[in-house]
Formats: sequence, C-alpha cells, structure tokens
Amino acid sequence: MSESYAKIARDGLWDKNIVTGQMLALCPTLAITGTATNGLGMGLATTVVLILSNVVISALRKTIAPEIRIPAFILIIAAIVTVVDLALNAWLHDLHKVLGLFIALIVTNCAILGRAEAFASRFGVLASALDGLMMGIGFTLALVVVGAIREILGSGTLFAQASLLLGPHFAFMELQIFPDYPGFLIMILPPGGFLVVGGLFALKRIIDARKPTIEQEIKQMRTERVFTAAGVLKPKLETGEEA
Amino acid sequence: MHMPVAGPHTHTLFTVSRTMLTVVAALTPATLFGLWEFGWPAIFLFLTTVVSAWVFEVACLKIADKPIRPFATDGSAILSGWLVAMTLPPYAPWWVGVIGSFIAIVIAKHLFGGLGQNLFNPAMVARAMLVVALPVQMTTWIAPVGLLEGPSFLHGLSITFLGSQEFDAVSSASTLSHIKSQISAGATMGEILPTLADLESRLLGFVPGSLGETSTVLLALGGLLLLVTRIITPTIPLAVLGTLVTLSAICSFLAPDRFAPPILHLTSGSTMLCAFFIATDYVTSPVTTAGKWVYGIGIGTLVFVIPLRRLPRGRGLCGALDELGHAPDRNLHPAADLRTVPHRQAACAAKPAKGAQK
Repeated sequence: MSESYAKIARDGLWDKNIVTGQMLALCPTLAITGTATNGLGMGLATTVVLILSNVVISALRKTIAPEIRIPAFILIIAAIVTVVDLALNAWLHDLHKVLGLFIALIVTNCAILGRAEAFASRFGVLASALDGLMMGIGFTLALVVVGAIREILGSGTLFAQASLLLGPHFAFMELQIFPDYPGFLIMILPPGGFLVVGGLFALKRIIDARKPTIEQEIKQMRTERVFTAAGVLKPKLETGEEA
Repeated sequence: MHMPVAGPHTHTLFTVSRTMLTVVAALTPATLFGLWEFGWPAIFLFLTTVVSAWVFEVACLKIADKPIRPFATDGSAILSGWLVAMTLPPYAPWWVGVIGSFIAIVIAKHLFGGLGQNLFNPAMVARAMLVVALPVQMTTWIAPVGLLEGPSFLHGLSITFLGSQEFDAVSSASTLSHIKSQISAGATMGEILPTLADLESRLLGFVPGSLGETSTVLLALGGLLLLVTRIITPTIPLAVLGTLVTLSAICSFLAPDRFAPPILHLTSGSTMLCAFFIATDYVTSPVTTAGKWVYGIGIGTLVFVIPLRRLPRGRGLCGALDELGHAPDRNLHPAADLRTVPHRQAACAAKPAKGAQK
C-alpha cells in the first residue's frame, strides 16, 4: 500500500488541508491568528513537530503494539514538542516569547495525532515525512490567510512585528495597508476568528463545488460507453449527433 | 414526495409586508423626532443605512438564487436598516451605517438562511458588533440642537460623508451611562440626580443619545400602536418593563446611593425601544405565553444587571451589552419555549420527521 507523492502533497495543501479540509486544529486557528505573523510562527512550529512526529512514528510503526498505540503516539509527540519548545527557547528566544504557551500546547493539537494515526502508522518513513511537511505547509497557509485577513481588516497592517519573529532581515514584510485606519476591533477579537474561518470553509466548498465531478467528466468524454464497477454508463452525446 | 395538504385555507391579515409596514409606521414618530433633533447629518446617516440595507438584501437574494421581488419588497430589510440607524450615534460617518447594514443583513440574516431563519435580531447583532469593533465612533454623542440651529445642509454632508470633526461632541451618551461613570468616579446617587436633565426633557427626548432612541414618549406611543393593531401582544413588553422596574425599585430602596430609581430606567428611550420593538421580534421571541413571560423577565433582568459595573467585563463586551442590553435576545428563548410547549404541540414535536422523510 502506498500513496503517490503528488497525492500526498495535494491532500496536505488542499483536499485534506488540516483547517479547511479536516476542520481539525481549530483552537490554534482561532486563538492566535490575530496577526499574520503569529499565524506564520505557529504554523512553522507545528510543521516542524508534524514532520518529526510523523518520521519517528513511521519508523516505530512495526514496534508499537496496536493496542497501546495512542498513548505511545502521545508520548512521542509530547517528547518532540518539548524538544522544539526548548530549542526555540534556546536559539530563537524572541520567537519563543511571542508564541509563548502555544508552543507547549501543540501537544494537544489533534491534527498531529490525526496524522500519526491516519498516515504515519501505515506508511513508510519518506512518505510520512512528506505528509508531515505538506500538512504543515497547508496548515501554515491557512493560519497565515486567516491571520492576514483579520489583521488587515482589524488594524490595517500586514505582518506587523515580522522582524521580531523572523529577524531584522524580514522587516520589509511589515506593511501598513491602510494609513490612518480607524481599526475594526472585532476582527482581532475572538469573533473575528470565527467569522474569517467560517468564510474560509465556505470559500473552499464553493471552489470544490466548481470542480467537475467524475460523472460529469465521463459525460464529457467522446466515447460511446464507459465501463465502471457500477455498470455501464452511457455518455450524453453531443446535440448534433443525436437521433 | 411529500406534498402539502391542499385545503380551504383562509389567509391571515398579518402578512410579512403588512406587519413590517405597521412597525415602520410605529417607529416613524420617534425617528422623525430624532432626525429633526439632530439635523442634517442624522438624516444623511439614516438614509445611507436604510438604502444600503436594501441593497445588501437584493444582492444576497441574487447570490442565493432566491426570488428577489417578493423578498425585496416585503419591507423587512428596510426595517432592519431602520432599526440599525436608530441605534447609531447621529453624527457617525456614513461607513458606520453601511457596515452596520452589512452585518445586519448579510451576516446576521442571510448567512443564517434569510427571513425567518435568523438566530438573533439582525439590527441588534449589528449594534453589538459595531460597539465592539468601533468603540470611538459608536460613543461620540452630540447635544440635540434641532434641524434649523444645527449644521447646515452642506456642513451636514461633510460631517456624514467626509468625516468632518467640526462639531461639539459631548462625552456621555445617555442618562444611564452618565450615572454609571459618575458612580464609578465615587459620587453617590443623591449628588448625581440634581445634575441630570429634568424629567420632562428626558421623557420627550431633548437629551443626547442615539439617533432614534431619545424620545421615550414617542417610542412608547409607537409601542402602543403595535399593541392596538395586534402586531404584538402585551406580554413581552410588560415582562421586560415590570422586571426592570421591580429590580431597580428593590435595589434603589436597599442602596439608594448606588442604584438609579426606576423612573430613570423608564424614561430612557432605549428601554422603550427594547421592550416594544426589539424584544418582540417575531423570529427571535417565543410563541407561547408562558415562554414570553420567561423570556421577557430574562431580558428585563439582563437589561438591569449588565450595566452594573460590578460585573467582570472586558471593555468591549460591556459596550456591546450596554445601553440596550439586548444581546440576550434569543439566547433564552429556545429553553423558554421548550419548557412551556402545550401538550398537543409537544406530541407533534416528538415525531416530526416521519412525513418529511418520505
């Protein structure tokens, strides 16, 4: 059993995107996306944890007894989160100060256990690493989009304090979108998070609904009959060829 | 296929558009008074809000593929925009009105499924969100000077549409919030009462406040019209006002230094607007009489409790529930109705899906 790498990437970035596809990890999505910068920091930290935990769990998947796999996964994830937490505190102290408690709370991020259970415990190390990376990037993208919308509408800036998080080289990212913006406070407060995340869900559904389904694709084929497991489908002929 | 049973139905006089028209008529005296009192900026803001509410309604209907003509002409969007406008500070810039209409019509009404499906009263959602989002714009009040003495037509245009700040803002909104800030500054009720506007001007509405909420008498008159035309039953207004009076009477009797007497609550225009027009919203209020009592008492209690400053409150939350205090609107109502469902109705409710699923 193996999945193609293209499908893994597609799942992580769009189809099964942690936030908009699986609707997991909504707690950090709602809680720390007051600015795009916070979303980016949280997304990157979660990505690192996802990759590491997927690799370790995938490598140990034949050793861990299925009956106790959940506690074992949690232990591994908790250990990795602690490592990331301490490493950030040691080498990226400013970033650690910004993200604070939320780093430790990555342990409780259900998306990470979800990937361990659904993917890493069944597939090889390489595929699992890629899955972790792609899921992480998808999650980061979602967080940055939510954070950016809330920040632009709420305070008229984009990536405020990015230099604090990523170092002074990234000061160019800090933008003032609307000068003299009066501020629309509710978007930075929790209700804004719900509004934007709800909007994102709706947007993904709209985009997905526009994609042709398999039946429609079959109908568009210029063939007489299509054999499927469910039986023979007759494609609709173009109007000129009817009768 | 489930087909509705055909039969000799009689149609009630209470159609959506007739109901909405009556409510609008009942609101008109207080609104006209507010517009006259606050002059051209208030007129521009009012028109902007109502028109934008209607435009948002048509746009939403178009996007949702709903029939535009019957829904856009039933007056419900106009009424929502109207109510939003009545709760705005009269000199607020035009975009406050447009955002208010957007929240009311798009977020609070159509995202929940349109007319009759909304969980909360759209106008009050708009007000609550605006107060949280724009604390400065939503608390800039001005003294009522009258249409002729106030800003000219052109000056009014510049206040509403260009954000001109050339007017005298007053710091406290209503009598009640003035009292609140005084008490938190350490004054006692006995010291505050003489500094307030006299009873007559509070009753008639010659006080600073929201665009359409100043005149207690005219709003109560409108409420009376709704009662006479049987658009609303007296239960909810009675429950709201009764609870408010009882609680404030008890509290001001026990601690006269800290609590305002009942007459102050009753002479606040926003109390009347809440009791007669907001709390009685068909969609978000209970159906049974017992449910209405529970719901009305709940609103009355919240209107009284929320402005008390001893509640732990974030700056924003307080602002949202302040003044009108009817964010509770619907929160109470499902429970209120469930406990008081008549037996026959309960029996029907127990097995609703049978016919519908076939």
